[in-house]
Amino acid sequence: MTGSRIKLLVQPVFSQPWLWSFVGAVSVWIAAITYTGGYGAGGMVSATIALAAFSAIVGIAQMFVVTLGPGNVDLSLPANIGLASAVAMKVMGGDDSMIAAGLAAAIASGVGIGLANYLLIRLLRIPPIIATLSASFVIQSIGISYGRGLQVKPPPGFAAATSDQVGGISLLAIAAVAFSVLIGLVLHRTAFGRSVAAIGQNARAARLAGIPVERVRLMTYALSGGLGGLCGALLAGYFRGSSLDIGNEYLLTSIAVVVIGGTSVAGGKANVTGVWGASLFLVMLLTMLNTFGVSAGVRLLVTGLVIIAVIVAAGGPRNTR
Amino acid sequence: MQAQVARTSIGISRLHDGRRLLRAVLPALSLALIILAIWALNPRAISYFGLTLMLSLAVPVALATVGQMMVMAVNDLDLSIGSFVGLVGCVTATWLRDEPVIGVLILVGLVLAYMLVGALIHLRNLPSIVVTLGMFFVWQGLAILVLPKPGGHAPDWLHGLMAVKTPWVPFPIVAALVIGIVAYVGLMRTSYGVILRGAGGNPVAVSRAGWSLLRGKMIMFGLAGFCGVLAGMALIGLTTSADANLANGYTLLSIAGVILGGGEFVGGRVSPIGAVIGALTLTLAGSLLNFMHISPDWQVAGQGAILIVVLAARTLINRAGVSA
Repeated sequence: MTGSRIKLLVQPVFSQPWLWSFVGAVSVWIAAITYTGGYGAGGMVSATIALAAFSAIVGIAQMFVVTLGPGNVDLSLPANIGLASAVAMKVMGGDDSMIAAGLAAAIASGVGIGLANYLLIRLLRIPPIIATLSASFVIQSIGISYGRGLQVKPPPGFAAATSDQVGGISLLAIAAVAFSVLIGLVLHRTAFGRSVAAIGQNARAARLAGIPVERVRLMTYALSGGLGGLCGALLAGYFRGSSLDIGNEYLLTSIAVVVIGGTSVAGGKANVTGVWGASLFLVMLLTMLNTFGVSAGVRLLVTGLVIIAVIVAAGGPRNTR
Repeated sequence: MQAQVARTSIGISRLHDGRRLLRAVLPALSLALIILAIWALNPRAISYFGLTLMLSLAVPVALATVGQMMVMAVNDLDLSIGSFVGLVGCVTATWLRDEPVIGVLILVGLVLAYMLVGALIHLRNLPSIVVTLGMFFVWQGLAILVLPKPGGHAPDWLHGLMAVKTPWVPFPIVAALVIGIVAYVGLMRTSYGVILRGAGGNPVAVSRAGWSLLRGKMIMFGLAGFCGVLAGMALIGLTTSADANLANGYTLLSIAGVILGGGEFVGGRVSPIGAVIGALTLTLAGSLLNFMHISPDWQVAGQGAILIVVLAARTLINRAGVSA
């Protein structure tokens, strides 16, 4: 590695695991444009940044939940995104004046799902994996029933807002970055964010220290659900219509970007920057494979192997499952 | 828990036993309730023919569930089993039929790959959900490469085997019984089975006693892969043709089945018979909703609701014990 000499000079920066995901994204990009001989280099970056914004939003949702500690994971995000995309399109009804209402409805649907998840965990005392899994079964059915035959196009203003670009960078991605900065502040500078990390490090100690553990967990699941709902609405705008399986790929993606981005799977340590780096890396990887023109099978195979390779290279944290 | 029992009087310890018994029969009770409900709605469904029809898909689901249980017994979770079963299906409908020797070699290789995944998770101390989620995509990619378009044909012997008509008791029930009993005897009644479960219950103690945790994990993952292979073959024997995405839903179904059957996420607490019963319950839940004239839209919700209800019942039983 050429990085070894530099590593000595800027040790503190380079010991950050999230940095490697950015390095990975750039290397993959270079590999792709080398293949095309420089053709479409800018377009590739634009497309990647636009799509990475969605992964980053869902990834941040998952990041908060994972940070709560071992076993905390939100498996209901894909179903949540699918339902919210339908809710948003139905409420907007193709009318520009209803955009805000539609977004609010989608977020509300997501927050409701988050609350339901928390209630299942709390009342049934079951592991979050099973609670969110059972919830996602129910949400899928609600989505199928609610979204049957739904073919509402997004309002033109909304569709434009989700895909317009300023200087090659999608408006949505700019908004998502701004939002991520806000999330970073929430995570590192507010009582809520610090509480989430504290609970992930040691729930018992956090409780004894007077942190309202259950309230923080409730808010975290609601936040995750709300972000999932928001992402569902935005995806429906970007892809010009809702679909129940619009969120399916985000089960793997959300967990993968959290882990690759350097957030501890054992909880207690979150990293917003890393979520972005990992999102860019994964989307760029897919873009590169598409550029190479490989078949769907090879694409899936490589994606899976890369995720495993990254987690193996990053090494396993202790006390995880 | 044990110390608590020792300290309390005989009366309460008897109550504790009652609670354990209630917990143990809860999976069977939920299955019985579903069968009863189906019988009430349509008595003719509970017949040799009706049960064969309703339960035919229970065989692959039960096999996948037992596979998932092996992994859960060592405190891991296998999110990849769904696409793995799909891959096995694709191999079965192509290589195993056309070139049986190569087909068998591929399937053996797949089981070995599962063992390697177990070894990797153990050696690098990796979170199994991330590794197996990655493997989900690896298996799915391979399946698409083996069989790009839905198709292929089940080997005739396999199709014949799955269509066997056993006397008196429908074949799926016989098969489920055999699966449950083999897994029960192997895991719960042999001394090495105890070691394997101990690797999940108290890894430190097991390794201090001189047993290899690495080998335990590799064996359990290997067994999971073996069950996955059997599940994929059984599925193709039923459907006669394959599709790379045929069994993706098996990941969630198998986890739900293990939990319904009384298994726990940590501590090597699993129940093979319970897991098979859980798989049967989830399979029959779909038929019940059909008989209730509930639209297929709500099929998945039905499975989720059953999971929630059974877990709620289990919590109630546990709480009753705590307050006593």
